[in-house]
Order: sequence, then structure tokens, then C-alpha cells
Amino acid sequence: MVPASDIVIDVHGLTKRFDGRAVVKNVSMQVKRGTIYGFLGPNGSGKTTTIRMLCGLLTPDEGSGKTLGYDILTETDKIKRQVGYMTQKFSLYQDLSVRENLEFVARLYGLEKPEAAAQAMIDRLGLHGREKQLAGELSGGWKQRLALGACTLPGPQLLLLDEPTAGVDPKARREFWNEIHALAAEGLTALVSTHYMDEAERCHEIAYIAYGELLTHGTVQEVVDHANLTTYTVGGKNLAPLQHELTGKPGIDMVAPFGASLHVSSRDAKALEAAIAPYRKQPGLKWEKSEPSLEDVFIDLMTRAKDNFQS
Amino acid sequence: MKFFSAGFLTRTYAILMKEFIQLRRDRVTFAMIVMLPIMQLLLFGYAINTTPRNLPTAVLLQESSDVGRSIIAALKNTRYFTITHQLSDEAEFDRVIRSGKVLFAIEIPANFERSLRRGDTPALLVAADATDPVAAGSALSALGRIVQTALVHDYALPQQEPALFEIRSHARYNPSANSSLNIVPGLVGVILTMTMLVFTALSVTREIERGTMETLLAMPVKPIEVMLGKILPYVLVGFIQASLIIAFGSLLFGVPVIGSLTLLAVLSTLFIATNLSIGYTFSTVAQNQLQAVQMTFMFFLPNLLLSGFMFPFAGMPNWAQTVGEFLPLTHYLRIVRAIMLKGATFAELQYDTLAMFLLMLLAMFVALRRFRTTLD
Repeated sequence: MVPASDIVIDVHGLTKRFDGRAVVKNVSMQVKRGTIYGFLGPNGSGKTTTIRMLCGLLTPDEGSGKTLGYDILTETDKIKRQVGYMTQKFSLYQDLSVRENLEFVARLYGLEKPEAAAQAMIDRLGLHGREKQLAGELSGGWKQRLALGACTLPGPQLLLLDEPTAGVDPKARREFWNEIHALAAEGLTALVSTHYMDEAERCHEIAYIAYGELLTHGTVQEVVDHANLTTYTVGGKNLAPLQHELTGKPGIDMVAPFGASLHVSSRDAKALEAAIAPYRKQPGLKWEKSEPSLEDVFIDLMTRAKDNFQS
Repeated sequence: MKFFSAGFLTRTYAILMKEFIQLRRDRVTFAMIVMLPIMQLLLFGYAINTTPRNLPTAVLLQESSDVGRSIIAALKNTRYFTITHQLSDEAEFDRVIRSGKVLFAIEIPANFERSLRRGDTPALLVAADATDPVAAGSALSALGRIVQTALVHDYALPQQEPALFEIRSHARYNPSANSSLNIVPGLVGVILTMTMLVFTALSVTREIERGTMETLLAMPVKPIEVMLGKILPYVLVGFIQASLIIAFGSLLFGVPVIGSLTLLAVLSTLFIATNLSIGYTFSTVAQNQLQAVQMTFMFFLPNLLLSGFMFPFAGMPNWAQTVGEFLPLTHYLRIVRAIMLKGATFAELQYDTLAMFLLMLLAMFVALRRFRTTLD
């Protein structure tokens, strides 16, 4: 049992409606101190809305909980002091320079020496020579770094990062993740939303949300195990006709190409075996039972959630 | 409960500095701060200062007399009137003025000279096209003097009061006695109203439209700090504008400041802050910048029309006067005219000062209630 003080986010049954339509439904989550928590889900699944409720920017219609031990309904002022929130869209002042933006943040949080704090962050971010540049003129990657710098500047305990790597090139993405791991090593907790599957592998724990519902959570291994998905990887040449044939076959839930191979998955192992039996002896194909990928799991979860959603 | 929490000053200062930097970067706005008041002053000041010249005039002579010819000659000599039509009957008299061919029609009735010499104070009939009351007004007021001078000069008639004749003008005429002395102090208020409202009306909606509001709200800042931080930089801007207008007003139009300059500065600052607060209130109500500007103009229009700037306040119907009392410009106009032209002291201006102050508090109260600290 983890002591309560080491649970940074602890919310139950969060529901948010816009114009009567529930965008987030009954979401509960717990995030332990010092972890990097991946918050995955497709676009429009309610990630941003959930994050906004966690930092007091939106009031949940139902549910309750605490962020950093403060009530998300009544103590939002205290939450804001301890939480660094990085918005999905760059939302620092485009017409202020790098330094001016950082100094502004430092002053708002009442740091003792705002100029010195801003300078230290410029050094840390490697923004030397760019400190006088207007934030709006920075490239995408640099904007993300500045935004991360601005929300870590006041020394928060928790970072809420909303799709921080969207539209950033792979190198900048890797550097960004290295920075987040470095911060976590310093004791910060980070909740990072993303729709890149590969980024899930960089998180200690993940949660998957679709259609406003939290479908699964845990470590990557736990999530894969809980999915109860049996997957075969088929190797060989000219797999497209096979994909076409297998798709929609009874006993097969999902057929997805992965590079030079095909993933064939099902929730029912026996039915899957039966369904693929006739194809296993085809020449030129190499069948191999394998671990489902995280993407297989998520697509499966989403398909099932969608079925529920539509019924 | 403590009204100002710890760090209030630091956070207000943070917002204030940010606004200053943004203002400095925004070249167009920056230019507007200086150019707008000067341009308006020149346009308003000179347009209103210039006495209308060469107004097209028709004359109907009902008698052929020396006096008649003398009056016409005098009219021609002044540059106010240009005789474009010589009329022969009264039907034509009505027609030319209705068609807009002339702005004035003057009728010298039959037996005018004889009545004049007998001392019967005959009437000179004048019809003025009141669709342009200002133009008609100054020319009409000059008309009496012109005719009087002509008669005294040409006929050695005694200069006497009351005048030898009477000018009977048609009822459509609106006696507007504005002068640049009256206009320039008023302009201080009008220009400040316009610019101040727009500056703050955009301040919150701009943050929402640019997406920076989300970051701002995620930080531990209170509505009152945002409000004061956004209003205070523009108080300085407004102060500069007011100084520019008053300086140019006295330089170009010779408008004096008879009363205390300090009192004028203090009360102008209050007026500036009041308008900024109202603009800020619009900003918390409007969904986007366009709406904010529209609200500003909705508010500006009654300020312009019902404050006593365009039309004499006392001449307005009661309901309009009541509305006028709720407009900051109404009170500021009284203050600025009283200080600049009449040398009034604070004791005489207490009511208007208090009224402006209350309007400011009301606006701030509404703004703080309206400001949403969440994105709901």
C-alpha cells in the first residue's frame, strides 16, 4: 500500500459535460509520486479536459478528488501554485521574448529573483543567444522547450503536459523525453498526454482513454497482459491478399500490417487458432505466436469501447 | 478575510510589466496613442473653428431701394454669403431653399426702407437651411451685424440699441453657439473615452483568442491582479494623450487653462481610470475582440451624443439627461470645461468627481464578478 502522501493525483468519478454531452465519463486515476504517467488516447478522447480538471482550470460536473493533496473543487489556488501545466497549443506570449516570458512567469509565482531565475532556466534549456528572440519566432521544437521551461521554472511538484511532443521532430522529441526523465529523477511527477504509441514505452505507467472513458491503466506489461489478446505475427511476401481475406473472419478481431509482417489478433485464443488453421500451411508464410503490441491492445480496446458507445 | 493576499503587488506588477512590453512591441497601437489625439484635435478643432464661407444665398427684393442694394452689397463684401440667385416671387423663395440650391434665402420686404427711416423696426425675413445648423448658425449671427454696419455706414443712421430692424428667421433654425473654446476641452474627454475604452476592451478577449488565457489562468493569479495589471499601464498612456491634447489645444487654438493644472491632472486620471474600467468590463463580457469593439462603440455613441459634447446638456429632454448622468463623459465635460475655462475649484466639482468615482467602482465590481478563473 502506497502512503497517501505519495499519491500525487487521486481522483474519482470525474465527469465533465459540455452542452449536455459528456466529454469525460466517470474517470478515476491515481498517480504515484515520482512517476512518469502516460495518458494515451486518440484525438478528442477527453485527455485535455481531464488534465484541465486536474489543475483546476475546469470544474468537474461530477466526481471529486485531490491533486497534491488539495481538493480539485475548492483548493484550485493552492494546486496552481504547485503544478506546472503545459498546454497543447503554445500559449506563452508570442510577442514577448524568451527572457521576458520567463521573467513574467517567475514574477507571477513570486520567485525571489525573477531575473536570475529566468537566466538559470535559459542556461538549462540551452537557449543562449535566443533569449532576446520573440517566442513567436521560435521553431516548434524550441517553443516546446521554452514552454516546458516556463512550467518547470516555479519549481512545481507535478507537471501536467498536454501533448507536449505533437508536431515536433524525432530528435527534439527524444531530447524532450530525456528532459522529462531528468526532471522525474529529481523527484517531479509528470503526467504526459500523447497519442504516439511509442511514447507510452517511455512512461512508468500508462492509462488509456477513449470516448471519455478510461479503458485501462497500469504498466505497459500490465496493460498488455490484461488485454487477454492472442496475437500471431505472419511474415512473408505479398501479405495484402491475406490481410484482405482474414479481415472480418469469425474468430479474428483484428488484422493490422506492421512493416513487413501482419498482426492477427483475437480475444478468443481457440477461435483464432481455428480460424487461421487453414492458412498456417500456406507456403511462403511464417506464422509465429507473439506478444500483442500496445497498439494492438489500444485499437482493440477502442473498438470495443466504440461498440459500447454506439449500442 | 484579507482582501489583498500575499504577493498581490508582485503579481500585479508582473502583469503590468507584460502589458507594457506588449504595448511597446505593438507599433500600430503605439503610433495610435500619439497620432489619434493629434489628428482628431486638428480635424475637429479646425473644422469647427473655420467659419463657413461662401454659403450660397438667394435674395428676394420686394422693393427697389438704396437700402436694399446697400444690404446686398454688404452681404457680397463679407465672405460669408455668395448671392447665387436673385428671386422674383415668394414661391421661388421656398423652392430654392427646399431644393438645397441655397442655404439661405433673404427677403427684403416692400416698404423696408420707409419703415426703417420711420424707426418702425421692419423685419428682414431669413430662411436658413437648418440641415447644417452649425454652418447656418454662425452665418446667421453674422448677418445681423453685417446689415447693421452697412446701414450705419452708408446712411449715417445712428448706431443704436435695439437694432433698427429685426431679423425674423424661420423656425427650422437651431441656434448652436459652439466655439473652439468649448470644443477643445470637450475633445479631451471624447478622445480619451474612445481610446481608453478600446485599449482595455481588447485586453482580456485578446488573451482568450491568442490562447494565452489558458496559461495565465493555470498560474496563481487573482482576478483583481489581472484587472489592475491591465488597467494601470494605460492610465499612463491616457495621461500622455490628455497632456498632448491640452498642450496642442492651447498652442493651436489658444484655449486657456484658467484653473489648477494639478486638479485637472488628478481628475483627468480618474476619468481615464473610469473609462479603462468600463472597457475592461466589456472585455470580460465579450466573447471575442470584434464583439468587444462593437460594445465599445455601443457605449461610445451615447457618450458622444448625450454628454453635452454635441448638444447642450440642458437642452436635452429629461430622459436623455438621466441617461447622460450615467456616462462618465458627461461629468468629465463639466469638470474639464469648468477648470479650463472658468477656473473652477474642487469644491465646485465634488458631485461630478463622486459620480465618476462611483461609475468606476461599479465597472470594476462587474468586471471582477464576470472574470472567469476557469475555462468552463
